[in-house]
Amino acid sequence: MKLNVNGKGRMADVDPDMPLLWAIRDHLHLPGTKYGCGIAQCGACTVLVDGHAVRSCSMSVADAQGSQITRIEGLGGDHPLQVAWLKLQVAQCGYCQSGQIMQAAALLAANPKPTEEDIELAMAGNICRCGTYQRIKAAIKEAAGAV
Amino acid sequence: MKSRNGKAGPLSLTRRKLVLGGSLVGGALIIGYTAMNFGSVAAGALSIGAEQPAASPFGPFIRIDADGWVTVVNAFQEMGQGVHAGIAAIVAEELDADWGKIRVVAAPANTAVYKNGAMGMQVTAGSSAIAGAWHRLRTAGAAAREMFVQAAAQKWGVQAGTITVRNGMVIDTASKLQESFGSLLTLAAKQQAPAAPLLKSPDKFELVGSRRIGRKDGVSKVTGGPIYTQDVQLPGMLVAMVAHPPRFGAKMRDFDAAAARSIKGVVDVFAVPSGVAVVAQDTWSARKGRDALSVSWDEEAVEKRSSVELRQLFQQIGELKTNDSGRSYFSKGDPAKAFNEAEFQASYDFPYLAHAPMEPMNCVAQVDGRQVKLTVASQLQTIDQINTALAAITLPGSVQIETLPTGGSFGRRGLFSSDYIVECVRIARHVGGGKPVKLVWTREDDTISGFYRPMAHHRLWINRDADGLPAAWRHHTIAQSLLPIGPNSTEVEGIETSSYVTGCSVADCRVFTPTVGVPVGFWRSVGNSHTAMVLEHTIDQLAHMGGVDPAEYRRAIYRKAGDERRLAALELVCERAGWGHSMQDGWARGLAVHEAFGTVVAQVAEVAILDGRPRVRRVVCAVDCGIAVVPDQIAAQMEGGICFGLSAALCGKITLGDGGTPAQNNFDTYEVLRHPDAPVVETHIVPSRRDPSGVGEPGVPPIAPAVANALLVLTGEPTTSLPFVS
Ligand code: FES
Ligand code: FES
Repeated sequence: MKLNVNGKGRMADVDPDMPLLWAIRDHLHLPGTKYGCGIAQCGACTVLVDGHAVRSCSMSVADAQGSQITRIEGLGGDHPLQVAWLKLQVAQCGYCQSGQIMQAAALLAANPKPTEEDIELAMAGNICRCGTYQRIKAAIKEAAGAV
Repeated sequence: MKSRNGKAGPLSLTRRKLVLGGSLVGGALIIGYTAMNFGSVAAGALSIGAEQPAASPFGPFIRIDADGWVTVVNAFQEMGQGVHAGIAAIVAEELDADWGKIRVVAAPANTAVYKNGAMGMQVTAGSSAIAGAWHRLRTAGAAAREMFVQAAAQKWGVQAGTITVRNGMVIDTASKLQESFGSLLTLAAKQQAPAAPLLKSPDKFELVGSRRIGRKDGVSKVTGGPIYTQDVQLPGMLVAMVAHPPRFGAKMRDFDAAAARSIKGVVDVFAVPSGVAVVAQDTWSARKGRDALSVSWDEEAVEKRSSVELRQLFQQIGELKTNDSGRSYFSKGDPAKAFNEAEFQASYDFPYLAHAPMEPMNCVAQVDGRQVKLTVASQLQTIDQINTALAAITLPGSVQIETLPTGGSFGRRGLFSSDYIVECVRIARHVGGGKPVKLVWTREDDTISGFYRPMAHHRLWINRDADGLPAAWRHHTIAQSLLPIGPNSTEVEGIETSSYVTGCSVADCRVFTPTVGVPVGFWRSVGNSHTAMVLEHTIDQLAHMGGVDPAEYRRAIYRKAGDERRLAALELVCERAGWGHSMQDGWARGLAVHEAFGTVVAQVAEVAILDGRPRVRRVVCAVDCGIAVVPDQIAAQMEGGICFGLSAALCGKITLGDGGTPAQNNFDTYEVLRHPDAPVVETHIVPSRRDPSGVGEPGVPPIAPAVANALLVLTGEPTTSLPFVS
């Protein structure tokens, strides 16, 4: 199967029904995308597929063929969201954060100046068990000022 | 567990004699502690294996390299609570090191050297990390500083008294000579480490307590760095999943592996004590293999009672309608007459709760004969090492643990059974040859694996004195015991230390520990997760009975008891929350104050009922945790603790359906707090000169009663069971 991840074409020798998440993690060895629930309930596995936030645990490799997949590593490390995340010391355990950041990236791409409600709604599918919600919200606002 | 000499077990609070020393190892100065006598350590059984005292590659505690970098070896699990930042700050403070050139690395499992000063074994629990490290790290940092000062005095031929240290530079204020730690290294290593170096007075702290310092592990967490057990990739690594019994207490009777074996990528299928293991080339094949298994279970010993049945039983026990008379843990005066007609009676019910950390349980193990290597987010290294040794039939000293950060734990990775680690070790032993095996639990495996916060029931009878304050307090608590042996005191923690109870002239507090076949375990804040709700919500109901403002009512009790710390936290939170000021229609404030693990936390929640469920928009929090080491991390722990506690209070529950099957197994059914329900938290720190106490857990307990107390104002109805939304 051929996948286009972070701008590069990558081959993965996997069954077409394998969730994109496991192809990325186990076969492309890109572990930034996390497993949290496997049923599109937590957002830990969020990637951008053609710019839209998608739960990679619930999309098959077959369905991802031909699409541009952007993952946390694809943001480059100095994306305004990542800068804001560090500045506000958002992460606790950090496990949910790459999914949160990808979801926020999709939000800002579609809506550069989101209101408080816009943020809550867009982020409602991303769970953080450490409870960093308020800092995530603040970091998105901070980044929105910067983008 | 007793040690060989039969003295203190690992849970005792003994402190061994440790000697501070410094030496030059591989061009770096290592400053740390050496145990005087390994034979007499508390955990005697652990020292049978190979002990490596002072000079492992990163010697214990502090290492200073020629390039001036300071490395602190951290014995505690980084679970998201920011332990690393606090530890770096304490050392840098006393050493006067450069904050930009200090890093923290995780220690390998080694009980003798890295024992948590407060607990006597290598664990990260009970919010004890900073409290346990405080004295040792300060002393080691200060000793290292003195060694550099002595070295400089010798080299420059000046008096030590005029030498000062700043940002990793040693400076003679008289001659203006200066040199870095790096260039004084060799000479410093030749100095005698002072046994009792002079520590800074807290009012001279520049780093500790400053807003300037923050976490040092943030970058990998915003760039997707591979830092968790789930991310471990080793050459030739296999992935394992296990089919677990659907109900607690079932055992595997028989299985048919044919279909599973035919799945592409499946390497092996075999029985393990906890179920049937499927080992495969990757996670998805393991998952498909497991789904294809057909297993029949021996359900003879299954716990078949539902939550409803257990709740009825607990209520009967609480009413003394069974022949269980419990164990009295606190009594005062003559209870015989005091409760004949209790003017206030209440009962409260709490469900089982899963930890549900974002990273489900997992482990990587390699077993080669008697040698075992674990790569895992271990929170209880000492115990994990023993359990691994038992499972692999080897000695604890042959078990090497590489400790990784965890994607949350909340107690789940700190269990005496090391259940998932043992499971992984058994599989890796079966595979053999030192081949790495990663055990992956799905969210469903994790949620129904048990080790829950126990279900609990409280029954209270209270009478008041002429001033309306509590005078007679009878309290029955019914919950499974968390400890395999000894009296169950964790499920009543906070009750006998509460001035609401100790201030009474008559008290009769009992705990009942029925046996239920559901495994229970430590869950962030442990017994406080329900005792705080019972105490704090009861106190508000008593205040309302007498028509007294709940803050005023608490003040009266704390004053009478001389409880200065709670008073101070109460005053601060009321002031910052605008307690007593009117609110927008439909909104109310609720207050709670609770002490856990030596830290007092007071919270005021602003609550409304929207769409039939409580909405908490703002929580003001005052915390007294002694000297505040890293204020921003204390705030982060309060924010996180409040979300964790609110999540459970609003919607958290594991219920056993008919026949004892857990009714929740993933986030669609085991609901947790999400962005729209998360409140804004404002944290205020009560100034203190006491030694630091923990902050990882104490933020959790007060939020449920704070919300319940606001709902009491809004509806006039007390809350008698959690969660609020059922
Ligand atoms: S793992 Fe995909 S949404 Fe949870
Ligand atoms: S930071 Fe731990 S789950 Fe979000």
